[in-house]
Amino acid sequence: MSAVTVNDAATDARIPLRGHLRHTGALIRRNLLWIRKDPESMADALLMPVIFTLLFVFVFGGSIGQALGGGQDRYVQYVIPGMIAMMSMTLSQGVGTGFSQDFNSGVMDRFRSLPIGRGSVLFAKISVELLRMLFATAVLMIVAVAVGFEITNWPGLFATVALSTAFASSIMWVFLTLGVILKNAQSVQAMGFLVLFPLQFGSSIFAPTTSMPGWLQAFTDYNPLSTLADAARGLMVGGPVAHDLWVTLGWSVAITAVMAPVAIHKFRTKN
Amino acid sequence: MTRIDTQTSGAAVTVRGLVKHYGETKALDGVDLEVREGTVMGVLGPNGAGKTTLVRILSTLLQADSGQATVAGYDVVRQPRQLRRVIGLTGQYASVDEKLSGWENLYMIGRLLDLPRKEARARADGLLERFSLTEAAKRPAATYSGGMRRRLDLAASMIGRPAVLFLDEPTTGLDPRTRNEVWDEVKRMVGDGVTVLLTTQYMEEAEQLASELTVVDRGQVIAGGAIEALKAKVGGRALRIRPADPTQLRPLAGTLDELGITGLATTTVDSDRGDVLVPILSDEQLTAVVGAVTARGITLSSITTELPSLDEVFLSLTGHRASAPQDAMPAEDLQEAAV
Repeated sequence: MSAVTVNDAATDARIPLRGHLRHTGALIRRNLLWIRKDPESMADALLMPVIFTLLFVFVFGGSIGQALGGGQDRYVQYVIPGMIAMMSMTLSQGVGTGFSQDFNSGVMDRFRSLPIGRGSVLFAKISVELLRMLFATAVLMIVAVAVGFEITNWPGLFATVALSTAFASSIMWVFLTLGVILKNAQSVQAMGFLVLFPLQFGSSIFAPTTSMPGWLQAFTDYNPLSTLADAARGLMVGGPVAHDLWVTLGWSVAITAVMAPVAIHKFRTKN
Repeated sequence: MTRIDTQTSGAAVTVRGLVKHYGETKALDGVDLEVREGTVMGVLGPNGAGKTTLVRILSTLLQADSGQATVAGYDVVRQPRQLRRVIGLTGQYASVDEKLSGWENLYMIGRLLDLPRKEARARADGLLERFSLTEAAKRPAATYSGGMRRRLDLAASMIGRPAVLFLDEPTTGLDPRTRNEVWDEVKRMVGDGVTVLLTTQYMEEAEQLASELTVVDRGQVIAGGAIEALKAKVGGRALRIRPADPTQLRPLAGTLDELGITGLATTTVDSDRGDVLVPILSDEQLTAVVGAVTARGITLSSITTELPSLDEVFLSLTGHRASAPQDAMPAEDLQEAAV
């Protein structure tokens, strides 16, 4: 027995739900303060949807639109739903780079030496990144309408946002793991690029897969970004939805089931 | 030597046989130590001695391979949550958020420590005031000077009114004046009754702040006990004497040699600095030195007393230098010099 006196709260090891909410809230506030102090950190969420939309619609729009049996207008309807999927993937990297920075600056050690659940740190980060993602999606839709996208199905749009958010939150566990095990934010970004780039372009996001060689089609058919883009297209402009929707949800659940425990384990045991 | 009496009551920190390996490297190789409640324990050692590893294990950031440790009665492995509630941590790592202001940092930590909003606000204000940071309260911590950063780190570790405070090299990299400021703050915290475990590379820092000392080297405790006893063991202080006339340097050294004082090492003449360094063990010897020099009629421009450096402490305790495992001199020679 030690003679050091401690207060009553200290003898109870369990953190009540209200405590978890308070801690997560304080950490969300911290991440929001970062954005307020450094508005440039929102540049990717603001500019990426603008640049990518303009680039793809005006550079590839004409010729791919023609192949689709229309013109640039036809391509706008094709590419925008897929862009929502792409945007959420790209932005989910922020979870990994942010975590890596926190580890390297020593802030994470401060958090880990405090009597808070370690999940609070994870959930706060994920929440703020999801907010950034919704912001980017809103920007994307404004640009989309400006270049001629017609929103005919509002519930379909919201369902698309919900689906891509669900998928992105599963991918975030992958980036969280990278953020914990890799040395610095640059490595996380480089590794993220290596993972994301083939997934994004080896998919049906930017062009129909029918003209691709067979071996590539085999890849794109199983690529969750293809099914997410196809589901989004079905929800927003019409067409078959069910199959792609279930495959995408299946991927989300599978990735979360595998990667969330890995991320949490790596986070807990990191020295 | 380190006490290993488990029954001692009033121990705020107890460490038994702590071992931690990183691959082949033994960061900690069976460390025992005990910090009594309300005292300051200095853990002195060179870079790579295992000091930071020890603090990280005690603050639950790292798991030991074997051995036991308790802080304020809580086991580091079995009761990490309770333990985290009663400790404060300041170090080279465990830092504040640089993008947030001083106030925002303290408020956030207050909330994470379950203080109600109003109390968290009051505590942030109060601590900023106490650590003389009120004027900088709204500025991002990234804009703070080195000393302000350390003060903010200290303030952050005090929010939860910890029973035990870990300070990992609190003044490394600070200039002497800023170092003094941080020391004054630490002394005030100790005055409030906090138990402190402090790691340092400086004998002077240990002497300023700690009442007891544990000397570590290559993951092992090589000496421990009350600071006065250790100082006597390693030869107390050294006098740095500078003659007004540089040509008097040799005669001065000759006089001191004749006096026959032997401490840690023999008299060293530093002709570049133009002074002589002579180790002494007592105030009587200091008086004798001054008397002999006066009798010779050598005019002095300065006499300063210096504490033995970490290197000298190591030399006398272990027979090898603190930082270099491969000794420049044969070990026998070093041991002779250390006697």
